[in-house]
This record gives sequence, C-alpha cells and structure tokens, in this order.
Amino acid sequence: MKHLLDFQDWDRTSLEGMLETTQIMAEVLDRPVKKVPALQGFTVCTAFFENSTRTRLSFELAARRMSADVLTFTASTSSTTKGESLKDTLETLEQMKIDLFVIRHSASGAAHLASRWTDARIINAGDGRRAHPTQALLDAYTLKQHFGKLEGLEIAIVGDVKHSRVARSNADLLVKLGAKVRLCGPATLLPKELEQPGVRVTTNLQEALEGANAVMALRLQLERMSTGYIPSLPEYQQTYQVNFKNLKHAAPDAIIMHPGPMNRDVELEGNLADSSRSVILKQVENGLPVRMAVLYHLLVGKK
Amino acid sequence: MPELEFKARLLEPDDIRRAVSRIAHEIVERNKGAHDLAVVGVHTRGIPLADRIAARISELEGISVPSGKLDITLYRDDLSEVGLQPLVRRTEVPFDVASRRIVMVDDVFYTGRTARAGLDALIDLGRPANIQLAVLVDRGHRELPIRADYVGKNIPTSKSEVIKVKLLETDGEDAVELWEVRA
Repeated sequence: MKHLLDFQDWDRTSLEGMLETTQIMAEVLDRPVKKVPALQGFTVCTAFFENSTRTRLSFELAARRMSADVLTFTASTSSTTKGESLKDTLETLEQMKIDLFVIRHSASGAAHLASRWTDARIINAGDGRRAHPTQALLDAYTLKQHFGKLEGLEIAIVGDVKHSRVARSNADLLVKLGAKVRLCGPATLLPKELEQPGVRVTTNLQEALEGANAVMALRLQLERMSTGYIPSLPEYQQTYQVNFKNLKHAAPDAIIMHPGPMNRDVELEGNLADSSRSVILKQVENGLPVRMAVLYHLLVGKK
Repeated sequence: MPELEFKARLLEPDDIRRAVSRIAHEIVERNKGAHDLAVVGVHTRGIPLADRIAARISELEGISVPSGKLDITLYRDDLSEVGLQPLVRRTEVPFDVASRRIVMVDDVFYTGRTARAGLDALIDLGRPANIQLAVLVDRGHRELPIRADYVGKNIPTSKSEVIKVKLLETDGEDAVELWEVRA
C-alpha cells in the first residue's frame, strides 16, 4: 500500500502484518540503543494544518528512531483553510525531495486530496472527523497486547461519536480485525449511518457496556454545549460518563481506554483513568512503535 | 524469481553434522573454553545452526552456552533501493551481550553485507567483549573486508550459482545444494 489514509483499501493480512512489525519495533525501543538505520536516506515531513503537538512529536520521534531525516511544517489553521493553500504548500515542500508526508488537517478528506497532488507517500494523522488511522492502530495493538487477540472482543466507544475520527477509524479497523464495536452517545452526537456489520449503535450506555471487554471514552469538546448538541454538562456526565459505577455492566476484566487529551471527570471518571483498569498510558507508549511500523511498511520496498 | 537449475548436492547430513561439530571444537579451542561465550544465529537458517553449535559446545564443556536469534533486516544497507519489502522478524537475545564473547552464526557467507549488518545489530544490543563469525558455507565474492573465523566448508562458486542450505528445522532435511540461475 502506498498511503495510510484510512482502512478502506487495507486487507486484514496487511493490517495484522503491521501489528506484528509493531511488536518488533517495541522490542527495538527496549534496547540500549533505541534506534535502527532502516530509513536512512528517506525524508519524512510532518505537515500539520491543525494543532496537535503530541501526535506530531510521536511521528517525528518514530521517524528519527528509524533514522529518517525529519522536517516539520506547522501552519495556523486560519491561513490554510482553502484547498489551494494545502496544495501549494505540498507542492513547495515536495521540491525538497520529501518521501513521505504526515498530514493533519481539520478538513475531512484533506489527506486523500494530498495523495493526488504529490508522488510522496501520505500518512493521514487525522483529517476532520473522517479518520485517524494510526490512533486506531495503536488502540488495536494495545488491545491485542492486553488480551492476546482481537477476534471476538467487544469494544464500547462512548461519547461524541459524531465529531470523532478516532471512533470512525476504530470502528473500521477493529471490525476488520475480527472484533465487534458498540458506539454510544447522546442521539445528537451519534450518527445512525455508522451502523454496519460488526458495529452496533446505541444511545443506552448500559446496553453499550454490557459484557464489553474494553471501554473507550471519547473527549467531549466543551463547546458542544453552546452549539446545542448537549443540554448541560451535569446532564451529560450523569448519562454518559464512564465511571466505576457503570463499569460494573462491562466484563469483569474490562479495560479503560481514552485517545487523549482527556477532560478529567467529564467523559471519564478521573480515578478510573488512574486505576489499574486503565491502559491509557500504554496507548500513548504504543503510539511510537505503531508509527515506526507504519513508516517501514509505507517506505521500504516501494521503489 | 529467476528459474533455477539443480547442479549438485555438496553436503550430506553427516557432512553437516561433522562440520558443526568441528566448528564447535574450534570455538572452544580458540576461546580456551566456553566461559562468557554465547552464540547468536542470523535469521533464518543461522538460528538452527547456532542452536546446534551451542548444544555441541555445551556437551563438550559441560556448561550451558546461551543461544539467541538476530534479525538484521532493519540494518540492511539496501532498504532504500529494494523492490520488495523484506519481512522484519524478531530479534531475541535473552542474555546480556555486554562483555560476552559472541559467536555470530549464518548459513552462507557471500558478499559480507549480512555479516556487516549483523555486527551493527549486535553492537546496538550492548558492547560485547568480541564478536566472532561462524558460517556453514563460504562461497566467496566478498564485497566488504570481512572474514569468517570458523568455516564449515569452502565452496568456490560463480556469481550465477546459488547455494541452498537446507536444515531439518526449517526445510525438513539437512543438505547443501548447488543450483544455477538459468540464462
């Protein structure tokens, strides 16, 4: 595969191969020298048109651990909302012989457009509400690491599903890898069209949590209140906060996940996030080997 | 893949067994025992060879010699040029390489590029006291100034020939065969 834009064109075998490579990259990161020369001679550019320091740093460190040269381009959202400026930027950067762009953009579909405008490989690091494939891969890897398999797992994803590229990418990937997904949130934030084989959509939190092996809480953008999506914060917390009390409905060994950054005690009870049930820090840690594996798979052997 | 034509069977199971045994003896002799010694096999067929050498040394010296697995893929010098993506496999070296004498084992010694990558990969795991190289077959045509310390069999070849090493653990039988790329 040339690009990682979403999971549409990826088959199960390649995705499982990616998770296998991830495990090897994790082993590399455990060595005294946490760096391999694999991507020597390749140049990777992170082009972020939407702010996300943590994701950008994770990609840049992953590229450096693989010995690629790294360039950073950051733009303020306001100056680059037009398609033309994304195109111009990429064409300019391409003159510097970039092999792969990591693109984050607030517009859904930006990474797809970029892949038509340049000969370089593209990794979608989040486009609007559409997709965030490396986050889903690191979630899948974290689940596989914890349970030893993905086949047959039931994953509940709770919160602002409507605006969440993480929810969409996870639903696509986890189902492809044999897990089942329940998407849950208030009706205003839960698009019915996300229902597909393997994905159940429900507004009832208890129903979503029933027997789930993992519960992923999504960040609630607080401005959703002023725009009428949710009536009030206390009411949202009352109905959709993932906490110790309602976790009783889930499987006894269920784990807690969150893509970060977290609104403590809003979508997820803070003490639960800090508890032994939580794999949130593991998710952050796994971001690095996942991105190293993706870089290897997209760059090596494609000349 | 180019078509290959079988030319000759060069080593039989007994030849391989004797070669492995002799290499084990030479290692023990040169290192004056097996103290601080460890063996590391390079994927794929270096691994069973390393296990056999380690087992033989353990037998000879009566102490257990640890054996590890090394994947050199991420250290290859042609990753920016290859047309097919090599599969990355797991490196498993379950002992501290620092201050140990390490014997790196591979099946065929050819250009020396795998050995070069293996040296870099090993050194990134720690700082061994020294690294020695053992190979079952040396077929010549070195492209780097690297030599083997222990050689099972020297087999002069032309570049259009292919050496196939088969091992019980990976291929169901022990044999070394000579093949030729059909023009």
